[in-house]
Amino acid sequence: MPLLVGMCVLLTCQLIGELIARGASLPIPGPVIGMMVLLVGLMLHGRTPDGVRLTSEGLLRYLALLFVPAGVGVMTHFELIRANLWTLIITLIVSTVVTQALTALLLRRLNRHRLEDHEAESQP
Amino acid sequence: MTLHAFDQLWVYLSGAPLLYLLVTLLAFWLATVLNKRFGGTPFLHPVLVAIVLIICFLLITHTTYATYFDGAQFIHFLLGPATVALAVPLYDHLARVRSMLIPLGLACVGGIIISAFMTLGLATAMGAPHQLLVTLAPKSVTSPIAMGIADQLGGIPSLAAGLVLITGAIGAATGPVVFRLLKIRDHTVQGFTMGLSAHGFGTAHCFSSISALAGAFAGLAMGLTGLLTAILLPLLVKLFGL
Repeated sequence: MPLLVGMCVLLTCQLIGELIARGASLPIPGPVIGMMVLLVGLMLHGRTPDGVRLTSEGLLRYLALLFVPAGVGVMTHFELIRANLWTLIITLIVSTVVTQALTALLLRRLNRHRLEDHEAESQP
Repeated sequence: MTLHAFDQLWVYLSGAPLLYLLVTLLAFWLATVLNKRFGGTPFLHPVLVAIVLIICFLLITHTTYATYFDGAQFIHFLLGPATVALAVPLYDHLARVRSMLIPLGLACVGGIIISAFMTLGLATAMGAPHQLLVTLAPKSVTSPIAMGIADQLGGIPSLAAGLVLITGAIGAATGPVVFRLLKIRDHTVQGFTMGLSAHGFGTAHCFSSISALAGAFAGLAMGLTGLLTAILLPLLVKLFGL
């Protein structure tokens, strides 16, 4: 039963998200709006129901698997990828590393006054 | 079994969703086992290994992506509810998110601008065609949003989804190294950076290898980056004169 309730809640939120996205023709996907709908719901309810927690944690544990079917889709673009292979490799790696380094440093700086207690808690 | 009987069995199986659903799960399982065997190295990320295995299988059996997706769509569908489910870890850490709201918002806008500038700048300098540039631009955003943005800018949505995944795998691999070099130990900063630069991949990596706190912030960053990129990127692309 808890799994059933959890799945119903998640899908209902997604449906509401899709309706809002389509209705207001927003460029944001339905599930992202659904996430905000569920967050507001949890804030109003005051706690996470067991079924919702069980289903959510199960799905998030296998989040990586869920990307596989879309990823296999690169096989339909081999030609374009081959023609621009080095451009793609260098752009992807360099821009990702620079973005990570600068974002992490920026957030640490913006958040400096709160850092000590986080670091203490975050130590493994 | 005679060759003819095997042929018939293959014709039946390859038409049914069951086979490709199972192939996807088996490939991911095998990839996870391989990854563990090699000490969890990010270069053999289970998702990338699984994708390579499946593409090899499809090429050998002369199966089209459309046929494969008929079966695999049942797994793909779960991305929707899983995205909604990110609200749960976010709610668990709501107090901490609230107390950091302004730094998080500023870091998010900063990260998006840095990412777009680096990506468009590098790819332009290396002579990428226009269609590829606008497909690359939303690469650090979660795939459903990236596909929408690429489409809107005149790129190729399905290629955008693939580039998003490769970016995610690269980000999951480079993130821990970057954090070690810059001595960034705060799990909230690590999680937020992973979610911003490597969307769901980074988020999945945070849940499995850092902590639930990092995962919650990665999920928040992924959602926020997706929202803000959908608004900011068309403007940034125009700024680049594309």
